[in-house]
Amino acid sequence: MSHYILMMVTAIFANNILLVRFLGNCPFVGVSTSLDSAIGMSAAALFVNVLSSCITWMVYNFILVPLELEYLRTVAFILVIASLVQLVEIILQKVAPALYRSLGIYLPLITTNCMIFGVAVLNIQQKHTFMETFVYSIATAIGFDLALIILAGIRERFALGRIPTLFQGFPIALITAGLMGLCFYGFVGLGQ
Amino acid sequence: MSRIVQEFTKGLWKEVPPFRFVLGLCPTLAVTSSVSSAIGLGCGVIFVLLVSNFLISMFRNFIPSKIRVPVFIVIIASAVTIVELSMEAYFYSLYRVLGIWIPLIVVNCLILGRAEAFARKNPILYSIADALGMGLGFTLSLTTLASIREIIGAGTWFGIRVMPSSYIGFKLLQKPPGAFICLGLILAFMNFISLKIEGKNA
Repeated sequence: MSHYILMMVTAIFANNILLVRFLGNCPFVGVSTSLDSAIGMSAAALFVNVLSSCITWMVYNFILVPLELEYLRTVAFILVIASLVQLVEIILQKVAPALYRSLGIYLPLITTNCMIFGVAVLNIQQKHTFMETFVYSIATAIGFDLALIILAGIRERFALGRIPTLFQGFPIALITAGLMGLCFYGFVGLGQ
Repeated sequence: MSRIVQEFTKGLWKEVPPFRFVLGLCPTLAVTSSVSSAIGLGCGVIFVLLVSNFLISMFRNFIPSKIRVPVFIVIIASAVTIVELSMEAYFYSLYRVLGIWIPLIVVNCLILGRAEAFARKNPILYSIADALGMGLGFTLSLTTLASIREIIGAGTWFGIRVMPSSYIGFKLLQKPPGAFICLGLILAFMNFISLKIEGKNA
């Protein structure tokens, strides 16, 4: 049990997927302009990340390895993720229209979120067991959500502040992210 | 001919990724702690972009538009697999350094973005020019960012010492948070230059 808790703490804080490992930065900068869209994106990312990590793990270990097709990993994973996102979208639309309306526009964006694909590949590279894959994918997604929501909260305040013309838009967002990264970097040494 | 030149050069300044179009940020931030890994990844991206733009442009009249994204992704993923296997075979040390970022070329928004915005609407020759320009622009941007980070952060360039031996590296730039800050400053600098140029024209 302590192994899993340690794994979660490391993945959320010390090795934060966004700020230290640099996965999923496009939505990080793209949708962090308002808190509402950040929360929608976070929920969608958490959901898809856990689902896709578990499924790609099974695809790799139960299909690709027995057939000795490991070199097809990239093609197989990206197809699984792309179709999974479509499937989730269709099912949500039918089963939970309210949830679909709030998550809907973020789901297609997730296909090109490198965090989803990156976590799927990391699980294979680090030879995680199924349980570890499950815990790791939850932890990385929570780390992503935490950083995204914090940045969105800060960026909402930018509307009130006076920012030099040169830094408006992306530059100030990136520098803020860098300062946040510095804070998260303080957690290195905590955990594994 | 002039159109080909135009498609090529737009990737180098006017629409240079990732500074103008903030696409493909993740690898930009991750591999630029040293110049050699930045150039290594850049070459991988150029190759994948060339293959995907060429194939997509060639088959642009046969790919049904409803399922075009899955088709594009499969083409890109195959090109990435070629890069991954050949790097593992011939440039093993680079392969170890780049690690997860080679398979991640597949989700680099730059490549899918060019396929969607350019290659599926334009003839092969222009698409190749576009791929070369964008790929080269991306590589040069990565190299610039990596040079700044490596020279100021560690005092070396390509692993060779360029600063006087008494220089103590500004370690922040080598660390992950430094990547964000450095990229933010470069974007602000690009804005500054564009404002200057516009000011002259006006």
